[in-house]
Amino acid sequence: MSDFYLPEGLPAPSSAPDGLAQPYWDGTKQRKLMVQKCRGCGAWQWGPEWICHRCHSFDLDWQEIEGRGRIYSYQRPHHPVHAALNGHGPYIVVLVELPQYGNIRMVGNLLGDPRQEVKIGAPVEAVFEPHAEFTLVQWRVS
Amino acid sequence: MSDRTLRGKAAIVGIGQTTYYKHGGSPDSEFKLALMAVVNACKDAGISPHDVDGFASYGNDRSDAPRLASALGCKEFRFSNMFWGGGGGGVCGAVANAAAAVATGMADCVVAFRSLAQGQFARYGRGTGAPLAAGDDQFLFPYGMMSPAQRFAMKVTRFMHEHGIRQEALRAISLACYHHAQNNPNAVMRGRPLDAAKYDNSRWIIEPFFHLFDCCQENDGAAAVIVVAADCAKDFPNKPAYMLGAVQGCDHRSAAPVHNMSGYPSSHFRALAPHLYNMAKLGPADMQVVQCYENFTGGVLMSLVEHGLVKPDEANEFLVTENLLAPDGRMPLNTSGGNLAECYMHGLELVIESVHQIRGDAVNQLKRNDTAIVIGGPMVTPVSSIILGSEAAL
Repeated sequence: MSDFYLPEGLPAPSSAPDGLAQPYWDGTKQRKLMVQKCRGCGAWQWGPEWICHRCHSFDLDWQEIEGRGRIYSYQRPHHPVHAALNGHGPYIVVLVELPQYGNIRMVGNLLGDPRQEVKIGAPVEAVFEPHAEFTLVQWRVS
Repeated sequence: MSDRTLRGKAAIVGIGQTTYYKHGGSPDSEFKLALMAVVNACKDAGISPHDVDGFASYGNDRSDAPRLASALGCKEFRFSNMFWGGGGGGVCGAVANAAAAVATGMADCVVAFRSLAQGQFARYGRGTGAPLAAGDDQFLFPYGMMSPAQRFAMKVTRFMHEHGIRQEALRAISLACYHHAQNNPNAVMRGRPLDAAKYDNSRWIIEPFFHLFDCCQENDGAAAVIVVAADCAKDFPNKPAYMLGAVQGCDHRSAAPVHNMSGYPSSHFRALAPHLYNMAKLGPADMQVVQCYENFTGGVLMSLVEHGLVKPDEANEFLVTENLLAPDGRMPLNTSGGNLAECYMHGLELVIESVHQIRGDAVNQLKRNDTAIVIGGPMVTPVSSIILGSEAAL
């Protein structure tokens, strides 16, 4: 059993060239889920941007949030989109909505049987998946 | 205010395309394909390529407009324009930008074109193989989410869920496209008809709504249209197809990172479509033929809904194949075969088919042929759509 949901060799996340998302990846390494919150108007914002889309403040804070949400949408890809996935078979990608944080949405894999039935609206919790250079955030039904 | 419109200000007077090939099938280079399409469009318009004085394209077309103008020996080069965004979101936008150029006197004879030899460059159905993913991709690629199909599958799953729409509605779209292609000599899928069983048994690209036949082809080829000001449109040998309305753009925050746009399950036309009909002074019920870009059938469904052509709660009943067929269906759709079955020429083949219908020389000709709506690149951002019409529709 691999420690990873998907085979190794997929592109690694990089906050280059502008470092905008670096606080997120620094957070996941410490098993913290960090997203942007505007100091100007309090809006939650994900993914990261240099400005708040609501009040146009550039003063965006990074705050730790609880990794709990619900499945907003999902897909089970069969076609391998990368050499690392050749022969791997289907897997599940979920779009998770976090109602307690302004309904921001995050993308990850749904852990468990790749052929499991996926229910939109099902509650899920974040699971950290450490790799050598970075830590991904996955989800499992809670 | 009345002057601020493209309605009736420009017309397509020439259409040209190359032979369409499966990806990798073209014996000619991509740039040569572009030249051939432009030359063919000029021939159709009865003009010399020397008289073209502008180029508009989209999807990061690699065929550089200054090089085209030089290779063709254009006497003047007064307009060059590239629509932002990948894929076919800009197909109607490129035609509209050409129309805006001739309507405002910036140029007199503008070609809107697309050249695409996927066999000679990167394909769309697979990641690039780069070791790092940056920007929005850093939150998607490590989870095995990197193709356009995957980007859009999340939207389709959610839309189908919210409205209770069944796979059969998507199947009808695919079957209609394949049906129309069987009469089209230049359709890549001519001679390869599709039926419900073949569709149902086709392999999954992505569950739950993307069978193989819900996905566009990947092709080699090029296509071009000649756009001139309306007041000289009758100087050309063919019946003009007039611009009646045009929109481009997208919905609120449609490019918000990590799938965070508001109104998420969308083809991105919700806010645009009312502007389209306002400019055209027509409504959805006036559209006599619909040419809607199929990157994926789910995008067609959402585009039809957002352009008011199908009500979401009636989609299961309305989207049956016979309603979508030329010549007698209630809403003939993609009457040359479209991206699915004619050629994935990023939708420019849909514009050309609309011109054929308005001229009256289409391979699956409709009896009522005064208006046509073309919808480009659903779910990408930005997107675009236009309404074309005959002189009678002006």
